[in-house]
Amino acid sequence: MKKIILRALFPFIAGTSVANADEMTGNIGVEGRYFLQDSQFNQQLDQQFTVHAETEFYFAIGEQGNSLTITPYLRVDNQDAARNQFDLREFLFLYIADEWEVKAGLGKVFWGVTETTHLVDIVNQTDNLASFDGEEKLGQPMVHFSTVRDWGIVDALILPGFRERRFSGEAGRIRSGLPTLASAAYESADKKDHVDFAFRWSNTLGDWDLGLTAFNGTAREAEFIPVVKSPDDIRLQPFYGQITQFGLDAQYIYDSWLFKLEAISRSSKTMQDTQAVVGGFEYSQVGLLDSAIDLGWVVEYAYDHRDAVFAARQNDISFATRWALNDAESTEFLVGFSQDLDYSNSRSAFVEGSTRLGDRMTLTIDAWFFTANDPAELSYNIRQDDFIQVDVSYFF
Amino acid sequence: MTQSLKNNLLKTIVLGSLIATVPLTALAQTAQEKGLAIAKERKLRDTGWGSSEQNMLMILRNAQGEESEREMRSKNLEVSNDGDKGLTVFDKPFDVKGTAFLSFSHINKPDDQWLYLPALKRVKRIASRNKSGPFMGSEFAYEDLSSFEIAKYTFTHLRDEACPEQPDLQCFVLESIPTDKYSGYTKQIAWIDQSDYRVQKVDYFDRKKSLLKTLISSDFKLYKKKYWRPLTMTVTNHQTGKSTVLKTSEIKFDVGLTDKDFNKNTLKRIR
Repeated sequence: MKKIILRALFPFIAGTSVANADEMTGNIGVEGRYFLQDSQFNQQLDQQFTVHAETEFYFAIGEQGNSLTITPYLRVDNQDAARNQFDLREFLFLYIADEWEVKAGLGKVFWGVTETTHLVDIVNQTDNLASFDGEEKLGQPMVHFSTVRDWGIVDALILPGFRERRFSGEAGRIRSGLPTLASAAYESADKKDHVDFAFRWSNTLGDWDLGLTAFNGTAREAEFIPVVKSPDDIRLQPFYGQITQFGLDAQYIYDSWLFKLEAISRSSKTMQDTQAVVGGFEYSQVGLLDSAIDLGWVVEYAYDHRDAVFAARQNDISFATRWALNDAESTEFLVGFSQDLDYSNSRSAFVEGSTRLGDRMTLTIDAWFFTANDPAELSYNIRQDDFIQVDVSYFF
Repeated sequence: MTQSLKNNLLKTIVLGSLIATVPLTALAQTAQEKGLAIAKERKLRDTGWGSSEQNMLMILRNAQGEESEREMRSKNLEVSNDGDKGLTVFDKPFDVKGTAFLSFSHINKPDDQWLYLPALKRVKRIASRNKSGPFMGSEFAYEDLSSFEIAKYTFTHLRDEACPEQPDLQCFVLESIPTDKYSGYTKQIAWIDQSDYRVQKVDYFDRKKSLLKTLISSDFKLYKKKYWRPLTMTVTNHQTGKSTVLKTSEIKFDVGLTDKDFNKNTLKRIR
């Protein structure tokens, strides 16, 4: 037992100890991205290859389910050094008491119900260089208390420390016209070390899933301040203000329909206040035309009080359809389309397909297409960045 | 013993057994009543098991005989007067390892189901009306793995005959028609052995009323001197030629699970 705790506490110091994990799970993958159009700016790449690897080491501590989970993540890009990254997605102790559980260390938390954008999900910083869809997150320092009661689940988080969002380098695609400075500016004198707080109550009441959240601390989204280095060298500096954000998420099940809603209200002394909402439905048809195929429909509308130059989905509608073949390879296709309702020429479309190759490998192909012609709208920056991405990953 | 005494004794025994059977025949039980009685007895014999844990291996075979494996572990909790609770975590294939599934079965309304996606740390609610869909690409549908509840079907006793896979046993042949319009089946024909009320075989008929697939249960093992569990369940799809073998191992009862072990927090941390 003592040995286990020692091993758990000092996995790296102990050197070989990580290999003694009670469970080791992970994947390593190669991803190639091909951009279909000429770049907007000089020096921008046309194709890039990335190797990414993630391994979860799980150490059981005692017999009560307590544990330590360590999940290092590594990404290396052959063209854009800004995409290179080592991160600890998790370094998390879990302690389970009778009525409570406590997680301490670096961890990840997901909140919310919608598919196209995640307004309520505030705890972790988005790793927007890992995937374009914003689903990947950086490990967040946290002490996370959680309790399950008859009247709902309560999560209370102390977040000592902030992770900055990272952006493509000058060679990279999918970036703003002006290069982004590596060093960010903060409202708080504590900068990255400001201690944030987050709170959530959630409950399932029959066919309803409800959640209320509150957050106080450093904004996860940055605003950008132009910094003039010289008349021909203007750069953008990310600025993170202090915000207070309240969120609501609700989901209602009716037959094969899931109706979803997320809404937030955000206020700040130094950043733009905003109210934003996303809502829609997901409808599933099982056994399409007496086959094994499931067909799912997602329709979501998103509104943000801010202008389109600040918020990607300020008045946008999205449609997506998901085809699951339910074969042994778990083959799936997802096809989607988004239209900006304020800027009629701003839209995007994507296709995603995935299948399993043998027992241990997956093949995923993503394609994204962007149309925009108004600089007042955020996606104007990426109008020349249509791309196709092929990923082959090995799982162990 | 004199001949007359023997005769008297015989008479008494015969009479006694006649009397014992009289109530059944006297009620002139209809096929529906008998069907319901068989289903109730089946349910009764599987009541009181409390909680259990088990490992499962699924072997999926396509028409060409190519195989693919699924491995999972599950915990189950019996809930009186409602459907059971279940928590299943997947170990194989490796790309879905850690994915977990929480379900609260219900008798008179759709089950509550949640799926935990470990890469995103996200819990997603599932619209459980979609119970006819395949489970993990196998020939088992979600509804085949949900707990057996009387109110989910109307029953008719069709006949008695030797059990198809074990001819030394006598089976009830029972027709079950799902009461839920979202079921993928128009009817099921089940062979239930008369000695222990174990479901030996089921024929499933699709929405077009044609024979879709057959389940054969075998390697029955007795637990706690009362509960029979098939360690091998084989489903063959007659329309596609695909089949799935589900092997259960390391079944443990009295594992002390309670309601507290089945919620969104335990779903997120199950190993």
